[in-house]
Amino acid sequence: MLSLGSGGGKTAKPSFVSYVSPEEIKKENVNDELKPHLLPGELVICEANTVVKYSREDSLQRGFYGKLVCTNFKISFLSAEQLLDEVDQSYRNKLMGENDISLHCVDQIFGVYDDKKKPLLPGAVKNKIPEKLLLYCKDFRVFHFGLTYTKEEDAKRLIRVIVHHCLNPTSLKCLFAFSYVGAAGGLKVGPLGIEGEPPTIMFETKNDWRDELDRTGGLLTYRIISSNENYKISTRLPQFFAASVSDDDIKKYKGKGIPLWCWSHPSGCALLKMAAFPETVDDNSSQMDKGWIDRQLQVLGETHPLNHTIKTEILSATLPTLQEIQASYSRFKQLFLPDNAAEFWESDVKWLSVLENANWLEIIRQCLKKALDIVECLEHSTSVVLVEENCSDLCCLIASLVQVIIDPHFRTISGFQSLIQKEWVMGCHCFLDRCNLLRNNDKEVSVFLLFLECVWQLLQQYPPAFEFTETYLTILSDSMYIPIFSTFLFNSPWQRDNNQMLDEDRRMRSRSLKLPSVWEWSVQFENSVQALFYNPLYIGKPKLDRFRRTQRIKDPELNCLEIVQENVLDMPEPQRQMSLPSSPSYHSRPSPKKGFFREETDHLIKTFLGKKISRWTPTAEDHSVNNRLFYENWRSKPIDLHGLLLPLHDGPALKIWGQRYLRWIPEVQIPGGGLTTTLNKACEIIDEIKTLQTKVSQCLLKRQPSSPNTDVFTPFHQSSRLSSTFPFGTLRRQSIKPRIPVSTNLSMSFGSMENLPDDEEDLGLL
Amino acid sequence: MEKSTSYDSIGSRRSFQGSGSDSRPPSVGSVSSASSSVIEQTVHKTTAVMPSDSISQTDFSTDFRVLRDGNKLAQMEEPSLLPGESMKDMAKDVTYICPFTGTVRGTLTVTSYRLYFKSLERDPPFVLDVPLGVISRVEKIGGASSRGENSYGLEIFCKDVRTIRFAHKQEGHTRRSIFENLMKYAFPISNNLGLPNESWKLSKINDNYELCDTYPAILVVPVNVPEDELKKVAAFRSRNRIPVISWIHPESQATITRCSQPLVGMSGKRSKDDEKYLQIIMDSNAQSHKIFIFDARPSVNAVANKAKGGGYESEDAYQNAELVFLDIHNIHVMRESLRKLKEIVYPDIEESRWLSNLESTHWLEHIKLILAGALRIADKVESGKTSVVVHCSDGWDRTAQLTSLAMLMLDSYYRTIRGFEVLVEKEWLSFGHRFQLRVGHGDKNHTDADRSPVFLQFVDSVWQMIRQFPTAFEFNEFFLVTILDHLYSCLFGTFLLNSEQQRVKEGLQKSTISLWAYINSQLEEFINPLYVNCYNHVLYPVASMRHLELWIGYYIRWNPRMRPQEPIHQRYKELLGKRAELQKKVEELQREVSNRSASSSEKAGSPSRSVTPIQTVI
Repeated sequence: MLSLGSGGGKTAKPSFVSYVSPEEIKKENVNDELKPHLLPGELVICEANTVVKYSREDSLQRGFYGKLVCTNFKISFLSAEQLLDEVDQSYRNKLMGENDISLHCVDQIFGVYDDKKKPLLPGAVKNKIPEKLLLYCKDFRVFHFGLTYTKEEDAKRLIRVIVHHCLNPTSLKCLFAFSYVGAAGGLKVGPLGIEGEPPTIMFETKNDWRDELDRTGGLLTYRIISSNENYKISTRLPQFFAASVSDDDIKKYKGKGIPLWCWSHPSGCALLKMAAFPETVDDNSSQMDKGWIDRQLQVLGETHPLNHTIKTEILSATLPTLQEIQASYSRFKQLFLPDNAAEFWESDVKWLSVLENANWLEIIRQCLKKALDIVECLEHSTSVVLVEENCSDLCCLIASLVQVIIDPHFRTISGFQSLIQKEWVMGCHCFLDRCNLLRNNDKEVSVFLLFLECVWQLLQQYPPAFEFTETYLTILSDSMYIPIFSTFLFNSPWQRDNNQMLDEDRRMRSRSLKLPSVWEWSVQFENSVQALFYNPLYIGKPKLDRFRRTQRIKDPELNCLEIVQENVLDMPEPQRQMSLPSSPSYHSRPSPKKGFFREETDHLIKTFLGKKISRWTPTAEDHSVNNRLFYENWRSKPIDLHGLLLPLHDGPALKIWGQRYLRWIPEVQIPGGGLTTTLNKACEIIDEIKTLQTKVSQCLLKRQPSSPNTDVFTPFHQSSRLSSTFPFGTLRRQSIKPRIPVSTNLSMSFGSMENLPDDEEDLGLL
Repeated sequence: MEKSTSYDSIGSRRSFQGSGSDSRPPSVGSVSSASSSVIEQTVHKTTAVMPSDSISQTDFSTDFRVLRDGNKLAQMEEPSLLPGESMKDMAKDVTYICPFTGTVRGTLTVTSYRLYFKSLERDPPFVLDVPLGVISRVEKIGGASSRGENSYGLEIFCKDVRTIRFAHKQEGHTRRSIFENLMKYAFPISNNLGLPNESWKLSKINDNYELCDTYPAILVVPVNVPEDELKKVAAFRSRNRIPVISWIHPESQATITRCSQPLVGMSGKRSKDDEKYLQIIMDSNAQSHKIFIFDARPSVNAVANKAKGGGYESEDAYQNAELVFLDIHNIHVMRESLRKLKEIVYPDIEESRWLSNLESTHWLEHIKLILAGALRIADKVESGKTSVVVHCSDGWDRTAQLTSLAMLMLDSYYRTIRGFEVLVEKEWLSFGHRFQLRVGHGDKNHTDADRSPVFLQFVDSVWQMIRQFPTAFEFNEFFLVTILDHLYSCLFGTFLLNSEQQRVKEGLQKSTISLWAYINSQLEEFINPLYVNCYNHVLYPVASMRHLELWIGYYIRWNPRMRPQEPIHQRYKELLGKRAELQKKVEELQREVSNRSASSSEKAGSPSRSVTPIQTVI
C-alpha cells in the first residue's frame, strides 16, 4: 500500500510522484499475473496495468496498485495487495466482487484533468489522458482510479472502451445475459426462491392465476382468460390473466379498455387496472370509446354479488408524471455521491432543504397517499379500477403497493416475489426501457425503485410485519443493474418469450435459452447471504385463513416465532374488515372540479368523466378529511401485523432509505451502531431460543443432554462491532475513529441574538 | 415484618408492599443527599431503591426469609442472589462481633449488591445482610502486629447508625481482598473514576460553599495545589468556578476538567496561578505533553466576552495548550430555536415543507454542534490520550452538555440507568446547572431571558445517540421522556432550585422525593430490552444531518397521528420472555434427567452447566 503521509483532509494536494520511484512502479507489475474471475460467456475486452484505486476512507490519499480490466460484462479492478487484505466477507455476490462494476451499473463517468472534473461522454473522449477516472455507480459506489502511472496507450484504450461499453446504445441481443446463458449451455435452473421456502408464483400458467383467485376469494366473480395464449391478441398482455369480460370484448380493442383483475378483497370487491385508449383523432370513435368503457364498468358492477360501487382512479391525474419522477430521482441520487469528506460536510449544513428540493420524498408521499385512498375504498366495499394510459407504470406501482398494505401474504418473501411477478412482470412493466439497459432512449424512469422505496417506508414503520429485511430490498434494487435476469430485461412477457430462443433453434423449442429469474437467488448468493433476507423480528402467521388458502410449508427453523405469537393473534380475521365504520359522506361526494387535472391528461379525463360515468367516480374532494378519519379509526385499534398496515406519510414519518443510499459514504458509517445491531441481537436471541428448544426436545426424549447443536443458523456476524451499513460498506481496514464534522458555520447567523449577554446575566464582576 | 427488608429491591418491592404497613414511596430517606460530597451523593443515588432508613437489615428479618425459603437455603452459607446480582468475594472463618449477642463465627460474602454474613453456629442460623448502599465508610482495624483475639479486622460504618465489626484471622489473608472488594462495589463511583489517586485529591475547601457557591461541597482537584492557590485560581475564573475533574480515563489518566471562562478582560490579564494550575492538570497525565482547552462558544462570542471582563485563554500565556472553539450558541439562540420548533410541530405539520421548515429552526443543527463538540472531546481523551479542559462562559450550560455527552461516549457506566442518574446528579445538579432559572419553576415570567432548553438539548442528544446505538444503553426512550416530563412537573425535588448549596439550605432532600427513587422503583418500564453491556466500547456517534432526526416521540407525541409505537421493542420483550420460559423448562427437565441419571448411574457432570446462563431483563 502506498501512503502519502498523514495529511488528513486539510493539507494541500498530495503529490503522488514524490513518493514513488519508477523502480517501485515496475515491481508492481506482479499484478500482470492476476486474472479476472470470468463468468461463462464473459470476454476480456481490454486491460491496463499500474492503475491506482484510491480509497475514499483514506481521504483519497492512499490507494492500491492494480490492474483495471474491462470485459463485456463488467469493469474489474484486480490487486494483489488488496487480496491479502481481504477479511472474511459475510456479504459476497457470486457474480460480482467488491471491485467489480457491472457495465450497466455505471451511471456517470468523469475524468479529472488538472484537478478539474469533466464528464466523459461517448464520442467526446479527449486525446489527453485524465489523471483520474471516476466511476459513479447506480448502486452509489464511487470509484476513483488513478491513471498517472498507466502506460499511455493502455489508458487511452481503456477509457475509450469503458465509455463506449457503459454509455453507448446497444441492442437487446448484445446484452450480456445472452452470451452468458448461451455459453452456459442452457443454465441449470435452480429452484425458484430459497430452498425450503414456498415457491414464488410466476403467474405464467392458468393454474397460477386460478390459485390466486382462489386464495383471495375472487373465483366467483372473475375467470381466467386464455384467449391471449401465444400472444394472439396482444403483445402487451400476458398469455393468461383474469377478468370478468367475454373473450370477444378483449379482442375488440386488443385488451385495452378492459378492467383486468389484480386482487379481490375479502368483502368481495376488487382491485382492477385498465389501459386507456390511445388519444383518438376523430370524435366519432372517441364517443364510441366512452360508451364502451361505460358498458364495461356496468358489466363489472353487475357481476359483483353484492352490487358494489365502483370507482375509477385515473392515476396520471393526481400522481406526478413519469418525467417528474425521473427528474426528481436524478436530483435525489446526486445527493448521495459526494466526492470527498469536505464536500460531504459542506453539503451537510443545507441537507434538509436540499433533500426537500429534490422532491423525491414528496413523490413517495404522494404514492403512499394514493395507495391509502384506494385501500380506503376497498375497505369500504368499493371496487377500484386503476386507469393509466398503458397500464404498466403507475398502475403496477399503486396496485402492488395497495396489496402490500392490505394483504399480509405479500409481506412474506415468496408472496412479495409473486406480487412482483403478477403486477410488474406479467403486468408488462417495461423494465428494459425503464431501466434503460440499452441506453438508447429517454424512457428511463425508476418506477420500480419508487415502489421499493414505498415498501421500505412501510417496512421501517412496521418492522415485525415483514418477512424480509431492508437488506433484501437493497439487494433486489441492486440486481436490476446486473443484466442477467429475465425479470428485468424485457418490456413484456411476449418480448421475453420471443427472445429466449436462439434464432437458429427456433424450431426446436426445447433448445430455448431460459434466462434465470432474479428470484433464483442462488445464482447470486450462497445460503449464508440469503439468510440476511430474513427479518428476525417477523412474526409468522399462526393460522391459515382466507388470505392464505394455499398451503404454505413453514420453515421449521422459524416455527418458534409462531409459537410466541399464537395466543396474541388468535382472533378472527374478517371481523376487522367489517368493524371499520364507513364514513357517511362517502357515496355522495361531488365530482371533481375542473382544472384540478393537468393538461397532458386531459384526453383521458374527457374519456372518463362524461356525464354518464360521473356517478362512478367520486374522487378528490374532501379527501384529506376522510382520509384522516379512516386513518384515525384504524389507528385507534391495536395494530394487527397480519391485517391492514396503513402507512404514515406525514413529513416526519418519511425517512431516507439509509442502507441503500448512504452505505458507501464513510462519513456516515456508525461503527458498532445502526439498526444492524438490533437485528443482530434479535438473531442471537432467536438462536438461543432454538438451542433451548432443541434441548427441551432432547430432554423430553430422555436422552442425555449433549453439547449444543452446532448447526445453529446465525446469519449476522458475531462481531460486536459491525458498521451501521452492514452487510455493505467497507470499514474493515481502519481502526474505529470518530468522524469529526468540518466546522462550517455558514448557515447560522442569529443577528441580534448574538449580541445578548452571552450566558444569562452580565458578568457583573468588573 | 412490617418494614421492607433488605431483599426489597427491584422485583420484590410490590409484593412486599401489599402485605406490609410500609406504603410510602420507596426510599424517601435516601433521596438526594445534597449535604454530602459529590462522591457520597452519587453512591447514594445508586442505592436509591434500597431503604437506608429502616433498621430492618437485622438478623430478624433475614431469618424470616431464610425460614420461609426452607431448609435448603439454611444449609448454605452464601446468600441467594437477586436477578443481576453476582458474587464478588467470600471469606470463611470470619467473626462478627455483635454488640448485643457477642461474637459469632461464619462466612462473609460480598456481592455486587450486599454484604452478607451467615453463621450456622446458632440455630436458627445467624444472618447479617447489608446492602452495599448503606455503607458509608470502611476502615481496617489492627495491623500485622496486632495481638489478641478479634483485634485484626474491618470496621464498617453504615448510614443507618450501625457500625459493624468483623474480625479476620491474620493468617488467612482474607481481610485485604474483602476490604478491596467492599471499597470497589460499595463505592462504585469513586472507584469508577479511580479517585483519589496520586495526582488528584478530594478537597473540602468548598465545604461551606465559600470558594464557589455553585459548586458542590467536595471537589476533586490536583494533589499539589495548596488552598490559597486554589483561591487565587478561583479569583481568575468567572464566578470562582475553578477547573475541577469530571472524568479520568482509567488507563491513560487523561482527564476531562470543567470550569468557567478566565477573567481575561480587554486588557488581557493573566494569572500565573491559573496557568500553573492548568500545567499541573496537564502533567498529571504522563501520556501527553499537551492540553486541549475546548471553549464551547463561537469565537466571536468569546471575544465579545472580553468586553465584559471574561474571555478565553491565550495560547501565549498557556504553554502547551491548544484552544479550540466549538461554535455552540448561547442560551438565547437555543430558546429561540425551540420556539420555532414548536411552531412547526404543533398543532399541525406542514407536510410538503416539513424538511425546510425543520431546517429553518436550526434545532438539529444545534444538536449536531453539541454532539460534534462532545465527539472532539471524547476523541482527544480516548485516541489522543490528552487531557482536556472544557468551559463556556460560566461553565454550567454548554459545558455541562459537553462533558456529560463526552462521558457517555467514553464510559459505558453512564449508559446504564444508575450511571445516567449519577451523570445527571454530578455534571448537572452538583455543578450548578441552574435548573430553577432555565426552566422557570413556578415563575409566571415566561419571557424571562434566563430560560433556555439547555437540559432538553442534552437529553435530545442522548436520544440521538440511542438511535445510533440501539443496544448500547440500558435505558429506553421512555426513560428520557420521563426525566423531561418531571423536569417540569415539580413532583420530585431533583430538578428544583439552582445549586447544591440552595438545595442543602432549603433542606430539599428531607422535604421532597427524588425522581431517581421513583424511576428505580419501577425499572422494568425503563429497561431497553436490546441492551448489551459492552464495557470498553467507546461510542462515536455520527454528527451529521444525514443521521440526526427530530425526536418524534417527544416533540410530536401530542399529535395522535404520530403517536409513537414501538412494535420492535414489544417484539423483543416477547422473544426474551419466550427465552426465559424455555430456559426454565430446560432447567426443570435437566434437573429431572440428572436426578434420574444420578440415581441410575454415577455418571457425573452437571448438565445445567452446558447451558450458558443468560440473564433476562424482563
